[in-house]
Amino acid sequence: MDIHEHQAKEILAGFGVPVPRGGVAYSPEQAGYRARELGGEAWVVKAQIHSGGRGEAGGVKLCKTEEEVRDYAATLFGKQLVTKQTGAAGKGVYRLWVEEASDIQQELYLGFVLDRKSERIMIVASSHGGMEIEDLAEKDPDSLRRMIIDPAVGLAGYQARELAFALGLSGGQIAQMVNVLNACYRAYRDLDAFMVEINPLVIRASGDLVALDAKMSFDTNALYRRPDVAALRDPSQEDPREAMAADHGLAYVGLDGDIGCIINGAGLAMATMDMIKLAGGEPANFLDIGGGASPERVCTAFRTVLSDPNVGVILVNIFAGINRCDWIANGVIQAYRDIGLDLPVIVRLAGTNVQEGKALLEASGLPIIATDTLAEAAEAAVSLRRQNAAA
Amino acid sequence: MAILIDETTPVLVQGISGRIGQFHAAEMIEHNTNVVAGVTPGKGGSRILDRPVFNTVREAVEATGAQASVMFVPPPFAADAMMEAADAGIQTAVCVADGIPAQDMMRVKRFLRRYPRHRKMRLIGPNCAGVISPGRGFMGIMPPHIYTPGRVGIVGRSGTLGYEAASQMKALGIGVSTSVGIGGDPINGASFRDILELFEADPDTDAVMMIGEIGGPQEAEAAAFVRDHMSKPVVAYVAGLSAPKGRQMGHAGAIISAFGESAQEKVEMLNAVGITVAPNPSAMGATVAEVLQGRHAA
Repeated sequence: MDIHEHQAKEILAGFGVPVPRGGVAYSPEQAGYRARELGGEAWVVKAQIHSGGRGEAGGVKLCKTEEEVRDYAATLFGKQLVTKQTGAAGKGVYRLWVEEASDIQQELYLGFVLDRKSERIMIVASSHGGMEIEDLAEKDPDSLRRMIIDPAVGLAGYQARELAFALGLSGGQIAQMVNVLNACYRAYRDLDAFMVEINPLVIRASGDLVALDAKMSFDTNALYRRPDVAALRDPSQEDPREAMAADHGLAYVGLDGDIGCIINGAGLAMATMDMIKLAGGEPANFLDIGGGASPERVCTAFRTVLSDPNVGVILVNIFAGINRCDWIANGVIQAYRDIGLDLPVIVRLAGTNVQEGKALLEASGLPIIATDTLAEAAEAAVSLRRQNAAA
Repeated sequence: MAILIDETTPVLVQGISGRIGQFHAAEMIEHNTNVVAGVTPGKGGSRILDRPVFNTVREAVEATGAQASVMFVPPPFAADAMMEAADAGIQTAVCVADGIPAQDMMRVKRFLRRYPRHRKMRLIGPNCAGVISPGRGFMGIMPPHIYTPGRVGIVGRSGTLGYEAASQMKALGIGVSTSVGIGGDPINGASFRDILELFEADPDTDAVMMIGEIGGPQEAEAAAFVRDHMSKPVVAYVAGLSAPKGRQMGHAGAIISAFGESAQEKVEMLNAVGITVAPNPSAMGATVAEVLQGRHAA
């Protein structure tokens, strides 16, 4: 789960990371008021959306007057900001962050991530911040320092000092950096984060460190024990279909194609999408209905897939282990009746109670195309979609 | 003897009194598994499925000699159940639960390192279908009837894709020695490499079908192991050719977030060490058949 920059800054500040003074605004007037409240001669106005690359996309501006803050804010509110990470639809701007401008001497990169190889928290840092980590890894890999933290010990003081010196810091900056590293580690550990990123971490003209931008994402599996973090969820930044599916216990990811997919198991879902692609089609979505799917859940899956207007045919592929093919078949039949389905549906059933499931589909008299194998199902879906699109 | 489980392995069921635990324990018993006891804190002294129930894993191990454990425990309590099993001397544990916090798994993996090699618990999962040696026993949630006993090992992250492979093989008359689901989480117990090592040493296994997916470094590690240490043929499939970068595809671990984590890159890595990669998920069984035939002809 992602949160906004201003939320990440507030959290990290609470753990002791220095951040520029600033305030959230939900209207142009409030943005102007924030600038006046902060005082000074220049402010940075930053669109709050769940995406990086906001600066390049025109979502960040240095303003010199309160009026400029208000005017720029007025252009941002309600806008769909398209960055290189958001996709063509962009993400809606409904809040801004207004902060005091910082005079920047140097930009550093600092990230805390889950390293899957060591299965531990890893710090990644560079003396060349400001660009995305992917670009940094490509353009200046030698500047990257990595450090792995032993969960039984935590971040050791010597590790933090080593990193601070390796980044070329000196004097009082060493203690400041050690403090920032400890604070980020504690925030990561105590709040079940997946990622903490300060990019850039800047050295101001005064020589002090400050987090100019901050990003945090959290382990959704741990939200049950982090209610304060869960409360930061912002549905306006989510794909409405994905949010609806998640609320019903379905894993759904919207894609660009036109063949809707309803499958059990993440691996089989990915494999079915691959098969569609190899057969010359494009999947409209990833959808895993999970184990023990009731007819109601199957019905909800149909509604979710159908809420994508591009979908022209639906492929249901179930290999039932904990699931039962007869329940799935009943769900398909129920979906036809309740939703008034008028698209072709291809169903492939295998595993537990497969004969009962097939018999139910056949007895229903509905125009369902039943197939026995994954390949047949994918090929049928692709060729039906072609016929329909041509007609 | 197949790997990890056969008809003699004494198996414990942690969480046997729950609806799900009881259902799967009954299936396991029906399919020849030597289930010797259950554990549910507070239910010690009772009997479920005609098996004794204990309050702690330690008591169950002392009373019954259980060597393996399968846990049907909700995600918030799963890490603790794994550590309890490890400390009680369980050798092989299967954790089915999906949704365990990553930092809990970090702690479990660190905890397992405190034991010397000979008594370190082998953890399968979490977020997996389990382990089955067809006809001889299983620990997990898979439908046992789709497997035929035989001499090909299966190891995969995904449960249902493992079923798919087993049924394609069954349709071609190819049986399975043991099928292992290592689970879809970013931090898991046994890796592809660990299971390949067991299959390589198993006299009942002639070849291995390995089913990977996007995300994580484990296929690369497996490729290096196959190149350096495996004499048996390995066939692979990697799911997620059509998965976009940076999006989590169902499994918590199925996300392309670094170099080498896309399906294409993994396929290239596997090809480079001589692993035969099935061209599509419908050809997993046929590819195994070809490789087996080639081996007999050679």
